[in-house]
Amino acid sequence: MDNILLNLLIGVPLITIAFIFLGLLYHGIDRKISARMQWREGPPIVQPFYDVRKLLTKKNLVPENAVTWIFNSAPIIAIVASILAVLYIPIGSMNPVLEGYGDLIIVVYLLAAPPLAMAIGGFASGAPFASLGSQREITVMMSYELPLAIVVATVAYIVGGETAFSLATIADANIWSLVGPIGIVGLILLLAVMIVVSPAKLAKVPFDISKAKTEVSGGTLSEYSGRNLALFYIADGVKTVAIIALLVAIFFPWNLSPILGVTGAIAIAVDFVFFLIKVLILMAIIVTFVRTAFARIKIDQFSRNFIGLVSTLALLGLILVMVGA
Amino acid sequence: MNEDREGLDQARLEKGKESYTIPVGPINVALKEPLRILFSEDGEQVRDVDIKAGYTHTGVENIANRRNPIQALPLVQRICGICSQVHGFTYTRSAESALDIEVPERAQYIRVIMQELERIHSHLLWAGSAANQIGFETLFYYIWKERENVMDALEYVSGNRVNYEMNLVGGVRRDLTPERLEKLEEALKFYEKIYQEVEDTILRDRTVKMRTRNIGILEKQEAIELGTVGPTARGSGVKIDNRSDRPGSAYADLNIKPMTPDRIFGETHCDVYDRLAVRVKEIEQSIDLVRECMARLPEGDIAHEENLVKLLKDLRTRSGRGVARTEAPRGELFYYFHKKADQEKIQTLKVRTPTYGNIMSLRPMFLKQQIADIPIIAASIDPCMSCMDRVVTVKGDTTKTYTKDELVELSKKKTRRMKNG
Repeated sequence: MDNILLNLLIGVPLITIAFIFLGLLYHGIDRKISARMQWREGPPIVQPFYDVRKLLTKKNLVPENAVTWIFNSAPIIAIVASILAVLYIPIGSMNPVLEGYGDLIIVVYLLAAPPLAMAIGGFASGAPFASLGSQREITVMMSYELPLAIVVATVAYIVGGETAFSLATIADANIWSLVGPIGIVGLILLLAVMIVVSPAKLAKVPFDISKAKTEVSGGTLSEYSGRNLALFYIADGVKTVAIIALLVAIFFPWNLSPILGVTGAIAIAVDFVFFLIKVLILMAIIVTFVRTAFARIKIDQFSRNFIGLVSTLALLGLILVMVGA
Repeated sequence: MNEDREGLDQARLEKGKESYTIPVGPINVALKEPLRILFSEDGEQVRDVDIKAGYTHTGVENIANRRNPIQALPLVQRICGICSQVHGFTYTRSAESALDIEVPERAQYIRVIMQELERIHSHLLWAGSAANQIGFETLFYYIWKERENVMDALEYVSGNRVNYEMNLVGGVRRDLTPERLEKLEEALKFYEKIYQEVEDTILRDRTVKMRTRNIGILEKQEAIELGTVGPTARGSGVKIDNRSDRPGSAYADLNIKPMTPDRIFGETHCDVYDRLAVRVKEIEQSIDLVRECMARLPEGDIAHEENLVKLLKDLRTRSGRGVARTEAPRGELFYYFHKKADQEKIQTLKVRTPTYGNIMSLRPMFLKQQIADIPIIAASIDPCMSCMDRVVTVKGDTTKTYTKDELVELSKKKTRRMKNG
């Protein structure tokens, strides 16, 4: 009882502030790397903080045709859901703040909430471009949730046991050591699937179909401004870190402290820094490089590829893991 | 003309109530300049299109009528920022043919060199903006970075990056001195070196192909009927190119073949990808042309009369009517020029720009396409509103049908007003 109270009182605010900070910082780094890859100078790394500060001082406009309460609550749902998701993800060798009160399934649902909130907010704004973007967002979600579900089920299958879906268990178990050579091939396939699904979940190029600037003028978020947009902006950053952190927890659970032979508070600090580096590198590969290297694809091409190709890959991974386990 | 070619009006859009209407423009991220396109949608599919132009009407022709031929030159060169050379070139050619002025051969070659450099610049600019339309930011930055080189060369030669001001009635204003030729040579070498890379990045990229193949189809017959010009027509397999069809200036000495998709791929799909390929291949063609012109560049004068005061005095006595049709990067550019003897001002100047010829072809391209394809299809004709809109008059939403007599009366009134004023 003491433990959970302590966690709620100290852990939750700390993690929330840390991840909002991290989300914005990583967003800035992402923009800088992308700019350097495009022969641009790029904005300073702290630019997202400036953006949020500017947005918070701006007037919060609500369109005339909007359903006001849905329109205003969508960004709050988005940010709360993404922060809640973070609370379930193990960071380095620290166990999740809300350990034992939720698992991988909850995280998957929580990470589905922000895009859904965004889509509902878009519909509620009553503007044609936002509605179009929301339609696209929903279609995109329907396409990528299937492969994602297969990956989650496979991971739980490998870990097994009563707490198969618990993220702490998954991170401790190190799934690579639980399968044979064929299973490793299957896991690599699953990792590939996650690498493709993550940018889609984050609505980044080449899968930024719902937010396409030239096609639907910003799509879902086109009617948002001021505080609401700032909340979405922050939620986007937190969500990015949450998804990458989830990938790290599942596929890259190694820690530095056993190798360095340190224990206690130093171990936690070392692992935390190592975790941040892992997230940064993965983010650069999954989000930044991919979004710099491709053109946006169309919604029909997206759905065909995700329901067809990516789901098949995920199923193949599942079968290989079952054979090789 | 079949029925679905007729323009779409608001009433017809509203009739299909089950459909969804999306306004694109007048100001929209997908379009760099004001043009309103109203789409009625069926889910993600375009059902009907209404195009309305005329948001940037500046009345250049009217202003030109108040100027003498030399003063009008800077004006027409500012009709379009990207093709300022070709506007000046076409204007001077129409004026020269009207006023019967001989242009020295060296000046003709210098004009063509500038023209082809401008084509490289314009096509690269277009390819970059097309990449932006399909959400390929990196390609956009890459191409625009390479474009800087030709702009630097043009700046070195003419002193300006965009409005080159190289033309003069009866010649050119600046000579290509050996140093300038050297600088051009450098730029050419650079483009010869990177051309293959540019072509590979644009034409062999999978995502670009996914986004542009089989969309925005304009059949050859339709392209001819709608009177399309330039790369838009050539992309549909119509072999027209004013550089070879009506070779004026130094183009007559050069062997130019219209660049059509069947020359590149052996087959014509008439889609956006074909138009993209035509433009990319024309960059290569232009590099070759500049090289050929530089090799052939004859010695001699660069202008009929370099002293502007003397030239103006000379022009004052001359009179006549003339037209010029040239190939701008976007297609055929047409100028009509009329001046009376012993009058300083131009009597009539009429401009028909390539976008004006191409804008109607947007409708058959848009029908049955997805919303996601709208920006790239709109961009595929390389629209330039500032070129086009000079000739369109818009008076709010009110329309008035004039009878023939009323129009005659109006024109008489205007003539009287002009004579008095």
